[in-house]
Amino acid sequence: MLDFYQSFLSSANVRWVLIGSLILGFASGMIGSFVLLKKQSLISDAMSHAALPGVCIGFMIFQEKSLPILLVGAAVTSLIATHAIQVIVNHSKIKSDAAIGIVISVFFGFGIVLLTYIQQNFTSDQAGLDAFIFGQAASLVRSDVQLVAISSLILVLITTICFKAFKISIFDPSFAKNIGIHVRFFNGLLLALVVGIVVIGIQMVGVVLIAALLITPALAARYWTDNLTVMAWLAGVFGSISGLIGAITSTLFSNLPTGPMIVLSASVIFFISLLIGQRKGLFLRAVKVR
Amino acid sequence: MNAITVQQLTVVYDKQPALEDVSFHVPKGSLTGILGPNGAGKSTLIKAMLHLIPRKFGHVNVFGKPYTEQKHLIGYVPQRREVDWDFPTNALDVVLMGRYRQIGFFKRAKKEEISWAKQCLEKVGMLAYANRQISQLSGGQQQRVFLARALAQNASIYFMDEPFAGVDAQTEKAIIQLMKEWKKEGKTVLVVHHDLQTVEDYFDHVLLLNKKPIQYGETQRVFNLNNLEQTYGGKISFLEKSPVLIQGGE
Repeated sequence: MLDFYQSFLSSANVRWVLIGSLILGFASGMIGSFVLLKKQSLISDAMSHAALPGVCIGFMIFQEKSLPILLVGAAVTSLIATHAIQVIVNHSKIKSDAAIGIVISVFFGFGIVLLTYIQQNFTSDQAGLDAFIFGQAASLVRSDVQLVAISSLILVLITTICFKAFKISIFDPSFAKNIGIHVRFFNGLLLALVVGIVVIGIQMVGVVLIAALLITPALAARYWTDNLTVMAWLAGVFGSISGLIGAITSTLFSNLPTGPMIVLSASVIFFISLLIGQRKGLFLRAVKVR
Repeated sequence: MNAITVQQLTVVYDKQPALEDVSFHVPKGSLTGILGPNGAGKSTLIKAMLHLIPRKFGHVNVFGKPYTEQKHLIGYVPQRREVDWDFPTNALDVVLMGRYRQIGFFKRAKKEEISWAKQCLEKVGMLAYANRQISQLSGGQQQRVFLARALAQNASIYFMDEPFAGVDAQTEKAIIQLMKEWKKEGKTVLVVHHDLQTVEDYFDHVLLLNKKPIQYGETQRVFNLNNLEQTYGGKISFLEKSPVLIQGGE
């Protein structure tokens, strides 16, 4: 057994993948805390689904599976989707939940069409794009993982620097403006951070489930604390644990997609928190009622 | 001397005018109540003056200079129901938000700032609740936390949006005491208010508003049946002089 673990961890590529998923999970959980409090969970879901057509278009234009190109494509369509939601809400009587529903389905559907086209018209070697739907951590090479890890660290750094500004812009936007915070800038920055997570996370977690990696750890963390700083770091830790467990299981059993494993791990953490969380976990509540 | 000069302020929502051509001067050291029926644009007016919402037209000057240059002189108490009280933070933390300008947005609060924030909490009788999660406070206590935050801002002019709405007697007393103190210190206070019965006790100036300004001036001069009927469109019933039987927020 020990030999097995030694050989498992001694593979450089596996180590890189684990480090990558750890850092990505942390960034995702931390940023997700703000997304959750800003009640933008659904928008983040739309943004991630909308990344799929971007990946496909990037591939079709440059005809090669180079990660940076695909990620730029993902970022572009993801931002277009966010903008589309805002345009629909501002210029029609459609409410934001319906607008998000429309945008998710249109972009994701378009992505699937492009994906099918690519699979039928390009050589099989390049057809690994379907890993972007549910994520395939094992398919990441070292340079990909380095890109993921460094980008995640940058996102965490930005979040930490702007922590207070985010906090007050979300809690009390009017007051934030009154004391000179450029609320619109920070709203935009938060969306940009989400796009960042989506873009760097899709190869590992996939477009369908990356939003869950943003929201679930934050939601779990909320059950343990009433302090935003603690919540954000705890969400980061929960995200890391989920990322790590997901990456390990999907590496051990080939063909097991990473995204669902990561999200399942996060969900287990969430249910544990829901039951025994210190703040308003169901168990403590039941005890208090008695 | 005028603390605030508003000229021809106009706000449009969905092509419907919410405020039309509002102009008035607020003297320094006055306590002004902004009154009007539901939908008269009372909250809209102070939000437009604070540049929190887009304005179609108009200027706001503070001590003779444009608002944008004088922002730092202005403190603001938003309506309590506008924020998410389930937000993970405590009372002291909310009060510290009033010091962010001094602390800097990217730095941690120093000891002096924290003790200053605690003094502000003490002034409104909330020091005992400093570390209490804000969702566990009563409505009145939440309002007092907002007051403490305004105090912490140490501004020259204060805007308050319905501070008296749904608060207990103790909080009401705290608000009045604070307003009087501010007046004594030469500060100027504007309050969106809807309880006509208390107007004469609380405010020395009154702005009667119904999309357009009906009257602005000293309470004794402006606050009378004739002007009120004009503001509220005759939907008002006095029982011999006062008290007035009309209520309603926005």
